[in-house]
Amino acid sequence: MRRAQNESLHTVLGLQARNGPLALILKTLLYGGIILVFAGPLLALLAGAFSKVPDPTKFSLWPHDFTLGNFEVAAHRGVYRYLFNSFVVVGFGLLLQMVVSVFASYALARKKFRGAAIVMLLVLATMMLPEEVVAIPLSVVLSDLPLLHVNLIGTYLGMILPLGAWGFSIIVMTEFMREVPLSLEEAARIDGAGELRVFWSVVLPVCRPALGVIGVFGFTMIWDQYLLPLIVAHEPSQFTLPIALRTLRTDDQVGIGVLLAAALLALLPSVIAFLLFQRQFTRGLSVEAVGR
Amino acid sequence: MSALRTSAAPVALPAQRDRSGSRRTVPQRLGRSLTPWLFLAPALIFFGVFKFWPSIWGVYLSLFHVQPYLGDQWLGAANFTRTLDDPDLQAAVWHTVLDAFVQVAGSMLVGFVLALLLEGPARHLRILRTAVFLPAVIAMVAVAELWHALLFPGRYGAVNSLLGDVGLGPLPFLASPNSSLWTIMLVQIWKHAPYDMVIFIAGLVGIDRELYEQCSIDGANAWQRLWNVTLPALRPITTIVLILGLIRGLRVFTEIYVLTGGGPGGSTESIVTYVYRNVVVNNDIGYAAAISALLLAATILLTAVTLWWRRHRENA
Repeated sequence: MRRAQNESLHTVLGLQARNGPLALILKTLLYGGIILVFAGPLLALLAGAFSKVPDPTKFSLWPHDFTLGNFEVAAHRGVYRYLFNSFVVVGFGLLLQMVVSVFASYALARKKFRGAAIVMLLVLATMMLPEEVVAIPLSVVLSDLPLLHVNLIGTYLGMILPLGAWGFSIIVMTEFMREVPLSLEEAARIDGAGELRVFWSVVLPVCRPALGVIGVFGFTMIWDQYLLPLIVAHEPSQFTLPIALRTLRTDDQVGIGVLLAAALLALLPSVIAFLLFQRQFTRGLSVEAVGR
Repeated sequence: MSALRTSAAPVALPAQRDRSGSRRTVPQRLGRSLTPWLFLAPALIFFGVFKFWPSIWGVYLSLFHVQPYLGDQWLGAANFTRTLDDPDLQAAVWHTVLDAFVQVAGSMLVGFVLALLLEGPARHLRILRTAVFLPAVIAMVAVAELWHALLFPGRYGAVNSLLGDVGLGPLPFLASPNSSLWTIMLVQIWKHAPYDMVIFIAGLVGIDRELYEQCSIDGANAWQRLWNVTLPALRPITTIVLILGLIRGLRVFTEIYVLTGGGPGGSTESIVTYVYRNVVVNNDIGYAAAISALLLAATILLTAVTLWWRRHRENA
C-alpha cells in the first residue's frame, strides 16, 4: 500500500500509478494524440519523400508506391551539391568554433588576469548580436574585410568565419573548466609541463563531456543558419541545403516529393546528431535554462 | 589560429617557476600576463570583426543614404525620423511583438502541459519524450518547408483533409491575411513547445518529493499539489524562459521568410523580414541599417532591464 502511494507521488499528476482499464484507455488516447501532433508531420514528410506521386491533399503516414526516384531527381537538381556545401560549412565551422571556444574558455576559467570580467561581459554581449540583427552591416563587412580588404561574399569562408566564435559555447565550456581541480594542474606543472601541455593533456581530457555539449549545440547552430548563407551565397552553386530548399520549391519542374526528399536530407543530420548525443543535449539544455 | 603558434613553449615555461615563488625576470612576468590574452585572441578577433565592428558600422551606415559606387550621402538622423512615420514598419513591429508574445506564451503553456503528462521515469515515457522532442532539434527551415508542404494548397492541403475527416475546416491558414500570422505562431509553438517541455521536466525533477508527500498527508489532491507546490517552484525558470524567448522573438526571420515571405498583403511582415526587403528590393541599405540599429537598441535595453531585475530580485 505504502509503495503504491509513493509511486503516485513521483510526478505531479501521478498519472503513472493509475492503471485501471479506463485510465489506460484514456492514457493511450492522450499519448497517441501527442505523438500524432508532434511526430506525425515528420512521418508524413518521410512518407512523402518515398512516395512516387505524393498526394499533397492527403495526410498519409506511410509511402504510396514506395520509390527512391525523388532522391534521383533531387540529384539532378543539385541537391547533393548543396548538401556537400552544408557539410563543408558545418565541418570546418564547427572545428573552428570548438577550437576558438576551448582556447578562450581556458583563459577565462583557469587564469586570473586584469580585464577578465570585461571579457566575460563582452562574450555575454555577443549573445545580443545575432546574425539577424547585424546582417546588413555584416554583409558590408564581409564584402570588404577590415585591414585585409578581402571580399568573402560568395565563398565558404564568408559562411564559416562569422560563426568562428560563439558566446554560448564559450560560456558552457568556461563553466565546465572551472570545475577541474587545481591540484591536477599543479601536479602537471611540477612535472615540468608547459602551458599548452597543461591545456591539452590535463584540462581538456577532463572536459570531454563538455566538448560533446558544445559540439552538438554548435552543430545544430551552424546547420540552422539561414540568413547568413542567404547574404553570402551569390550563385546557386554556393547555396547550402537550407537556402536551396526555397528555390527548389519555386521550381515547377520538380514535384512535392522531391522537395520533401530534400527537406528530409536537410533535417536528418540534426536528428541523427540528437539521437547519438542525447545525453549531451539534455545536459546543455539544463545549462542553458538554469545557468543564465 | 595565430594564438596557437605564438602561445607555445617560450611563453609557457616560466609559469612553473612563478608559482613556486622564486625571482621573476621582466620577460617572464610579461609572458605570464600575456598568456591569457594569447588564448583569448582568436575569440576576441572573431567577435571584433564579425559582431562588434558590424554593430558600430551599422550605426554609421544608418546616418547615410548608402549608394555603392556613387558615394554615400550624409543624411544625419533622417533615416531615424523616417521610421517614425512609416506605416509598413509600424505594422511589422506590431506583428513581431504580437508574434513574440503569443509564440512564447503558447510554447510555454503547451510545453508545461506536455511536461506534466510525460514526466516520469518509465521507459515508455522516455521514448515518448524523445519522439516529441524531435521538432525542437530540426532546423527551422526544414520545419517551415515541412509545414508549408502540409498546409499547401490552401483549402485542399493535407492538414485540411485531416480536419475534414473529423468534420472541421477547411481553414485558409497561410492563404488569408486574417489567419497567416496565427498559422505561423502555431508552427513556432509546434517547434518550441517540446524544448520548453524538456526545461520544465528538468525543473520538475528538481522539486523535493517530500513536499508532494506532505501535501498528500494534508489531504490535498493533484490539482492543489500542482497549484501550491509545483507552480511556485517552477517560477524562476518560467520567467527566465519567458524573457529570453521574448527577446529572441524580436528577431524572427527564417520561418516567416520561408512560409509566407511576409505576405499575403504584408500581413506577416516582421521587423527583420522588412529590413531584408529594404535591402534586397528597395536597395536602401541606410534605412535598413537604421531599423537594425533600433532593433539592436531594443534588444540591449530589454536585456539590461532583465539583468537589473534579476539582480534586484536576488538581493530582495
